Amino acid sequence: MPDIQLSPAALERLEEIRLAAEAAKDKPAALGPDIDITRFTTVSEHDRIASLDSLQRQIKETALMSGFDTDESNRSASYFQLDRSPIYERVEKAFDNAIEIMSTQEALALYGDELIEKYWWRAVDPGKDKYTALAALHQTEGYFIRVKAGRKVEKPIQACLFVSESNVSQNVHNVIVVEDGAEANVITGCNVHTDVEEGLHAGISEFYVGKNAHLTFTMIHNWAEDFSVRPRTGIVVDEDGVYVNNYVLLKPVKSIQSFPVAKLVGDRSKAVFNSIVYGMKDSYIDLGSETQLIGEDTRSEAVARTVSLDESTVYSRGRLVGRTNSCKAHLDCRGIVQSEGSTQWAIPDLASEGAPGAELSHEAAISPIAAEEIYYLMTRGLPKDEAVSMITRGFVNIDIPDLPDVLRKQIDKAIEETSKEAM
Amino acid sequence: MASEQPDALLQIEDLHVSMGDREILRGVDLTILEGETHVLLGPNGGGKSTLLNTIVGMPGYRITQGRILFKGIDLDDMEIDERTRMGIGIAFQRPPAVRGVKLRRVIDVAAQGQLDDAAIGQLDEELSLGHMLERDVNMGFSGGEAKRSEMAQLLAQMPDLALFDEPESGVDLDNIAVVGAAMNALLKGEGRISERTRAGLIITHTGHILEFVNADVAHVLYNGRLACKGNPLDLIEEISSHGYDACVECKLCQTFS
Repeated sequence: MPDIQLSPAALERLEEIRLAAEAAKDKPAALGPDIDITRFTTVSEHDRIASLDSLQRQIKETALMSGFDTDESNRSASYFQLDRSPIYERVEKAFDNAIEIMSTQEALALYGDELIEKYWWRAVDPGKDKYTALAALHQTEGYFIRVKAGRKVEKPIQACLFVSESNVSQNVHNVIVVEDGAEANVITGCNVHTDVEEGLHAGISEFYVGKNAHLTFTMIHNWAEDFSVRPRTGIVVDEDGVYVNNYVLLKPVKSIQSFPVAKLVGDRSKAVFNSIVYGMKDSYIDLGSETQLIGEDTRSEAVARTVSLDESTVYSRGRLVGRTNSCKAHLDCRGIVQSEGSTQWAIPDLASEGAPGAELSHEAAISPIAAEEIYYLMTRGLPKDEAVSMITRGFVNIDIPDLPDVLRKQIDKAIEETSKEAM
Repeated sequence: MASEQPDALLQIEDLHVSMGDREILRGVDLTILEGETHVLLGPNGGGKSTLLNTIVGMPGYRITQGRILFKGIDLDDMEIDERTRMGIGIAFQRPPAVRGVKLRRVIDVAAQGQLDDAAIGQLDEELSLGHMLERDVNMGFSGGEAKRSEMAQLLAQMPDLALFDEPESGVDLDNIAVVGAAMNALLKGEGRISERTRAGLIITHTGHILEFVNADVAHVLYNGRLACKGNPLDLIEEISSHGYDACVECKLCQTFS
């Protein structure tokens, strides 16, 4: 860590965080297979680059698969981290005064007291489990993005966390702050180099959506077959704020377990979670989200579409916790199991904590594509495989706003391939 | 085949069809020539929908005897989509909803990408599709919407033989007129009578649709056989005053095959 001048209160807080993390060092997570984290070393450092053009071709192409555009014309700002080093960050001139983007270490150096007081481990508990502890004790950077009050940035901000080495763990800590009245659209891709075998990504993400602010966060995961992923995400939404989370996983992964928690503390705030998950090969996937409806008239919606193939195991969870009488929320999770070797769980979970007026509901279904739908499209002239592919694409084609074309195409392509495989 | 005679588009010969262990059609003979519109009447459970589903090739309908020729080719063993591409189209009575697949997309498929925006605009106008185009096909469609959607798909496909399974069921009078107009456009087109080649087979219970569409001949499918054939309006009148049981015994059925 660079030399940082901190107030006594901030130093005290950092010590609290350290103690909480130390205590949780060996604490397994509540969900997902346990990982022996001592097997991994920390990722290494790299030199900075002057432009994204100078990235290795293979890194560029892999990054593109998760929506990171190295030609930045359709992006307002970019952050690229290779292993442990933030090697590139840039804000387009037009957004110079609207967006700050840097590594969290740089942000600590610049805004230490403020960051620690308001945002540092405030939405995620460092003592939650060994992965939060790992990130707290052995942090390897991560991004800090702040969109200034009242600034509406339509063009996406992009961030890429890239792992190029085997047998390492990348332990990032990300913070996004969208100040009051601001709007932002963040696309993050997490990638591993095609040569990488085993590895671990423990990513802490804390998002703060201000009053009347709007954050759309789209994450495309592009891992490797022997890679384990344990993100820990917390979101806090203030009055009239809106948080939209889009998650797409289309590639095999050894195991991923993630359960972001959104706290709707402000009145009339809202959280939406959309996810499209393809379970492939022997992936172990345990994903879900929790929304705590705390403020008056808060709303939430979670839509999950899961297709599982091969020998994959997929858990699709959703939890809604109503703590106010005027809240309303709905979960909608549907799955298709396309292989006899695959297992899928849909686990909707609703709780009203002392809120007799809370309206919480869910629809969960796991079922095959109906034969009559296939025959129906065949009577319009589609061969069977194309009919199945069109229906599968329709099944996962939840209306994700602001999804860039390249991602839409990428999703279509993956669906095309997987539905062929399933025939 | 003599060139002055219209060609036989569909020839059904001694067709026996079973579902599971139950024989539903027990020897149906039916020939539809180019340009002809036929009507299929008959009591519920008599096998009308079975006949249509067998022609389009729905799985589960097992032909145990006889055959179906379309344009002179035996349809046996042909997949549904192959029959569609040969020129058979169907408007279902209760089409299934397909989540995530928009009506516009299905219309594109039916037209094999041959429809431009202007043509789709015209379909929209004729059938008041409006926002239905961007909705998941049949998802939450009302009775009238489902029928209009089916007609839009058939008009996009323009099949040589169009099959209609109860086009007026569950539809109010305004919608029957719209559906009827679309059926006319499909079957009769703009050309002169002698130039008409498209043929239709319409299942109807009430005959209401015949106020909008002229049919050449009607058949009564009764106990798995075509028991009776005649002028559509005469037959419907007979059936509504005396019922099917009396109808199949009556003198109108002189041409009983």
